[in-house]
Amino acid sequence: MLEFLSRLFSRDNGSKNVAKERLRLVLVHDRTSISPQLLETLKADLIQVVSNYMEIDESALEVNLDSSGNTVALVANIPVKGMKRTANRRI
Amino acid sequence: MGEVIVVTSGKGGVGKTTTTANIGAGLASMGCKVALVDADIGLRNLDVVLGLENRIVYDIVDVTSGNCRLRQALIKDKRLEGLHLLPAAQTKDKTAVSPEQMRELCGELKKEFDYIIIDCPAGIEQGFRNAVAGAEKAVVVTTPEVSAVRDADRIIGLLEAAGLYEPKLVINRIRLKMVRQGDMMSIEDIIDILAIDLLGVIPEDELIVITTNRGEAVVLDQNSRSGQAYRNITRRILGEEVPMVNLEEEDGFLKKLRKIIGLK
Ligand SMILES: Nc1ncnc2c1ncn2[C@@H]1O[C@H](COP(=O)(O)OP(=O)(O)OP(=O)(O)O)[C@@H](O)[C@H]1O
Ligand SMILES: [Mg+2]
Repeated sequence: MLEFLSRLFSRDNGSKNVAKERLRLVLVHDRTSISPQLLETLKADLIQVVSNYMEIDESALEVNLDSSGNTVALVANIPVKGMKRTANRRI
Repeated sequence: MGEVIVVTSGKGGVGKTTTTANIGAGLASMGCKVALVDADIGLRNLDVVLGLENRIVYDIVDVTSGNCRLRQALIKDKRLEGLHLLPAAQTKDKTAVSPEQMRELCGELKKEFDYIIIDCPAGIEQGFRNAVAGAEKAVVVTTPEVSAVRDADRIIGLLEAAGLYEPKLVINRIRLKMVRQGDMMSIEDIIDILAIDLLGVIPEDELIVITTNRGEAVVLDQNSRSGQAYRNITRRILGEEVPMVNLEEEDGFLKKLRKIIGLK
């Protein structure tokens, strides 16, 4: 009885949560797809940070948003040409 | 100098024209000089919503192509002293006007009116680009549905790309009963997702259908909830601090019952 009542009056299992979750996911895709500039700036920032530690092949660098099922991942492929000595010192 | 505000949405049928008409009538009823511009070329609607469809002689394309002067095309409202309409062309298509012409037109209107409200067509093509070209501020209308909020998000991005930062949100057709049941996204949910400021919330209201049938604006109806909601929006546009009425305040009974069965 209590369970029935709580289901009746709870906000948690309504369809709006499904709506919110679907919206959240679809917007992750939409928002990245409309700004290739953003991906470019991200790339430039990545190069800068990673270059502090290793020598990379900037021209072959790839950054993409990879989506499968209901997760989205940022996938970066950064070919390393060599390690910098300064990086070793920091650790 | 007046201010040019464009009313947009992305998705069609969510209430842009209704909102344009009511903000316009609201501002005029509070003493402002207002020009409403129907930028939905080919799908003229603002005229019938305002009950002015029988008075049209010239339209926006007549003005931009030099067939008549701006003053000749502006229709004066029957009831509200300061309210004017520049109707869309019905026979032409959306390419009949260019963004450059819209900018010029808005510049002209700003000299004479306090507020210029532009009713944007649905979509993100030339009609949209025309409607936003001369605008300084933007309002985004959405309903509490996945597709409408998604399109609103897209439009917010495009508005910013066009230099219209910080658009304000109007959430239309909210149904409190469904929100309470957890079957409709709430105001907080939508604001959370879109991350823009709220201008106002309009409840689902039969009176909007009824007043629109008659060619009247619900904002002038003193006793209705949707009229009150549009009056609040109008006052916020005028710069007044009007608190958001908590539309989600629960009925006493439900609240008590929740407490009894131990839910927050
Ligand atoms: N809050 C509301 N309650 C009830 N009906 C409403 C409400 N808001 C709008 N409507 C109705 O919804 C319909 C669509 O509204 P409206 O024409 O304003 O949308 P629109 O965004 O301008 O559409 P379009 O994209 O086709 O130009 C109209 O019939 C209108 O009367
Ligand atoms: Mg419309």
